[in-house]
Amino acid sequence: MSPNANLLRTSTFRLATAYLLLFVLSVGAILGYIYWNTAVLLERQTDETIRAEIRGLNEQYRFGRITVLAKVVEQRSLRNSERGIYSIFDHTGRRLAGNLQGVPAGVDGTSGWLEFPYEVFDGNSIKQHSGRAFYTRLNGGYLLVVGRDVEERRQFASLIRRSVFIAIGMALVFGLGGGVFMSRNFLRRIDVISDTSKAIMAGGLSERMPVRGTNDEIDRLSGNLNNMLDQIERLMTGMREVSDNVAHDLKTPLTRLKARVEAALRQDTKGAYKEALVETISEADQLLATFNALLSIARTEAGQTSEQMEPLDVSEVAEEIAELYQPLAEDAGGTFEFSGTPGLSVTASRQLLAQAISNLIDNALKYARPGDGEDRTLEIALLVQQVKDKVEVTVADNGPGIPKADRERVLQRFVRLDSSRSEPGSGLGLSLVAGVARLHGGELVFRDGKVGFEACLVLPASA
Amino acid sequence: MTEHVLAFETFKYNGSMRILVIEDDQQAAGFLIKGLREEGHIVDHAADGEDGLVLAREGVHDVLVVDRMLPKRDGLSVIEALRAEDVSTPVLILSALGEVDDRVTGLRAGGDDYLSKPYAFSELVARVEVLARRSKPEAAQTKLVVGDLELDLLARTCTRAGQDITLQAREFRLLEYLLKHAGQVVTRTMLLENVWDYHFDPQTNVIDVHISRLRSKIDKDFETPLLHTVRGAGYSIREP
Repeated sequence: MSPNANLLRTSTFRLATAYLLLFVLSVGAILGYIYWNTAVLLERQTDETIRAEIRGLNEQYRFGRITVLAKVVEQRSLRNSERGIYSIFDHTGRRLAGNLQGVPAGVDGTSGWLEFPYEVFDGNSIKQHSGRAFYTRLNGGYLLVVGRDVEERRQFASLIRRSVFIAIGMALVFGLGGGVFMSRNFLRRIDVISDTSKAIMAGGLSERMPVRGTNDEIDRLSGNLNNMLDQIERLMTGMREVSDNVAHDLKTPLTRLKARVEAALRQDTKGAYKEALVETISEADQLLATFNALLSIARTEAGQTSEQMEPLDVSEVAEEIAELYQPLAEDAGGTFEFSGTPGLSVTASRQLLAQAISNLIDNALKYARPGDGEDRTLEIALLVQQVKDKVEVTVADNGPGIPKADRERVLQRFVRLDSSRSEPGSGLGLSLVAGVARLHGGELVFRDGKVGFEACLVLPASA
Repeated sequence: MTEHVLAFETFKYNGSMRILVIEDDQQAAGFLIKGLREEGHIVDHAADGEDGLVLAREGVHDVLVVDRMLPKRDGLSVIEALRAEDVSTPVLILSALGEVDDRVTGLRAGGDDYLSKPYAFSELVARVEVLARRSKPEAAQTKLVVGDLELDLLARTCTRAGQDITLQAREFRLLEYLLKHAGQVVTRTMLLENVWDYHFDPQTNVIDVHISRLRSKIDKDFETPLLHTVRGAGYSIREP
């Protein structure tokens, strides 16, 4: 496709053409109206005047004689100011009175309208003017001609006509030119955007659309595209990190699994085989659980879950989880307290919310447990309360908590703080909690509480 | 207190079932059929939705195991067609999708239970057996009895050998579920789903703690244990 054909296809150009047509039509209509009002109406008025004069002169002749009429005609023809044409001829065509030299060409029949050229002496030269007149035959063969010099009017009309054409011509030239200019300008900006997107498709994901800062449509479009690209880049970087981590974190259990099976093969006893198989199954279950967790985080983060969102009483959900975990804390020699303000409502998925709270409690159980020789009992508290327009679900424990420097990092997938590697776990629990929080329009906040560490799920309260 | 652990293999269902497996993946179907036959069941197999529907229409099966993604006719539409024809054979849906909303659509289509791949075979067997039992209509029970353990669903009381046992609400529901499936294996996931209505896997085995509390109430002071742990599978209440 040639660049010009491309240009003519732009929507700007089409729009400009449409506007141009509309503009030309309205200019035409306005000038046409002016033309009608001036030229045509004036001509009509003149015709009316001429008719009236003819009628008057006719009457005078009917009551008097031709000499009287000739006198009147002579008098009027001398009143030069109106540029009137008055003449009376006898049946032979000889002028009896008036300002025409002879019978104008085109007189035919008893009466009718005439337009004819005639000569005017304006003091120093003779000029050709056009006249418009009505002629009528009177009794006795006399020919009465009454008219007006319409030269000026003709010139005015032709001036207006010319103006109309020039105006339309100029509108067309400027309109088309402007359309082409604007389209080219528009096209250039679009071309930049499409070139940038080609570059991005070719792998330059860090490229961005140019933004002029004028906040017009194209700027806004570019801005939105840039935001989208930022999001895509973030997701892709996340994906890359995740796949690196997956590769790393799955290698360990797989290596372990392989070693175990090889050992069983070497031992070559029924008992060893059985033990290896049982351990293989449990290792495989762990791996599957990890994959499932990864999948649900990915879905949650992409907002793809179609989990049923419904208004929930957060305290109810939390209390059920508390009831599920309380025995666990007690068996670990600790205490578990629940306190919640009933009736706090958020729009959420019961399953995801419950899973998020249970992950937080799981963490508290794992990491707040007193170490050997430490003189304290494990305390875990689950708290549901309203803070301004948010509902906060807080899991507090009296453990060491997460060091401030690591609080961002633990939200990433597979990140487990080194000191805690001894505990079983996939390093995905908090990633899921953070994902669930984001999906619900909230966030996961870590802070130091009165007793110890607090992990707080902040969710927007529903009205 | 000693835990009464039974090997899963010793836990045969007392009676053979006829099961129809509708699964297109040859290997998966092969494992499933072999495993179910070893459990002592009669297994029919259909490799696509149309064949499956034809076989299932006969109404001779105790349980249908239906994969969601099938050639010719997908699993959900097979189930819908069966339900429209008043074939009420219980259906266990297998799915690779495995999210809760898929579970909801599956159950809405007329499925009775839902298991996402990959699953543990013991989990599948436990669920199939529970479903088969459900298909045999029994009068609404108001009292569940296993051995000398009695659970009165109306009075909300529990006694063993005439002794009153005080149960908390959740313990009551847990015991009720176990007793309703007495003699069968119920898995931890089944308990989480049916007693707590959670469809996710908690990282810790929270269920074990609740079972052990229940066990200390109903078994501790008595000679014969009723609540057994089935290794690699779950739990079971059964008469000594």
